[in-house]
Amino acid sequence: MSEIDCLDPVRKALLDDLDEGFAELYGAHRGVVFSTALRLCGRWADAEDLTAETFLRAYRAVAGYDAARIAELRPRAWLLTILMNIWRNCARAKSRKPPPDLREEPVDTVDPREGVEEAAVRHETGDELAGLLALLPEEQRAAVVLRHVVDLPVSEIAEVLRVPQGTVKSHVSRGLKRLRALGGAR
Amino acid sequence: MTHDPLLAGLAALAADAPDGLLDRIAARWVRVAGPVGEVFVAFTDEGVAYVREADEPMHAGPDDDARRRFTEGFRRRFGRPLLAATRPPAGLLPALRTGRSGGLRLDLRGATDFQREVLEAVRGIPRGEVRPYSWVAARVGRPGAVRAVGSALAGNPVPLLVPCHRVTRADGEAGEYVFGAATKERLLRAEGVDLDRLRRLAKDRVFYLASDTTGVVCLPTCHNARRITPAHRHGFRTLAEAGSAGYRPCRTCRPTGLAA
Repeated sequence: MSEIDCLDPVRKALLDDLDEGFAELYGAHRGVVFSTALRLCGRWADAEDLTAETFLRAYRAVAGYDAARIAELRPRAWLLTILMNIWRNCARAKSRKPPPDLREEPVDTVDPREGVEEAAVRHETGDELAGLLALLPEEQRAAVVLRHVVDLPVSEIAEVLRVPQGTVKSHVSRGLKRLRALGGAR
Repeated sequence: MTHDPLLAGLAALAADAPDGLLDRIAARWVRVAGPVGEVFVAFTDEGVAYVREADEPMHAGPDDDARRRFTEGFRRRFGRPLLAATRPPAGLLPALRTGRSGGLRLDLRGATDFQREVLEAVRGIPRGEVRPYSWVAARVGRPGAVRAVGSALAGNPVPLLVPCHRVTRADGEAGEYVFGAATKERLLRAEGVDLDRLRRLAKDRVFYLASDTTGVVCLPTCHNARRITPAHRHGFRTLAEAGSAGYRPCRTCRPTGLAA
């Protein structure tokens, strides 16, 4: 059992009791998963849906894993891989439909419970940049969000996006360059 | 470390998940007192989803075992994490205590359309009364689907709250039950159903009771039938016979033709 003892609390809990383990998994990674979802989708409500779906699928998957598979799980990269798959499928499904008219449907990134004052302050800083992120091509947006919003190392991003590390770096640097150009243009 | 405003701006875009989000993903469970022993109850943000016995007489064993069976049963059925709740959902305890659960929110998303219709129909059977399986089949518009009604009720995820114990065999026997036939009988007696009388009536081939003062024919446990005094009470084998004798079906219990 010494191998299990040196595991992190999340995997230890998952091995011990699937449901308690899930609570640990959620507690440890809710911020990363939600931040990624929010900055990929742009909308608060979509980010909630995407986060919920990610954790639900993760739970259903892990329910079928044996102990060895759980022990070698890297929870954060695994959760984000699930999230990316769902997001890409959604994005693909959406691209088949006519695009929404952005003038009628403003991008809503606001926590509905946020105060007016907080929203006003954030509006001047975060919203603008979040809006620019939405203009990046999918793979650049994903790389920039994973690298600079949720602060993942390049090696982990490569695992999540299933591309070589060099590709991750180039997506990130092109994405940043584009964001600077877009930001400066206005 | 870095003073690049763009990178600082991106880092500031991180946001924590809203507090209520976990309840959209995971269900919660509590162990509470039921009408016949304690029960485990699982509920989601949509309502109560799953009810099972906490003390199962046939599975005498450590307490943990019953909980584990409940959790695994829930997982097989719903594929959703199940976490301990700090308190039962509003309305659960009174619903279990009184046997009246009309106002309680139920999460029946796991049921098929047919099963949901059956469960909704059964939800309306009042405490202290019983209905035959064929009555439920008629209520959901499939009078021939008596066996399907039986299976739908056998798979009732929320017994007690959808009172499937109040659906009984036409011959006066309590019939099958998710928690066992003995528990069904115990529940019905606790609710004041006179099963012995129903058996006697069935033995005499009486499945409907009519009143010659009101001209109405009822199912035997309907509260309107219980008010009929012996001098004015008439028993019938079929609804058609009662109809030819000039009785109209009760609007409360809405008897159907094929009780026997």
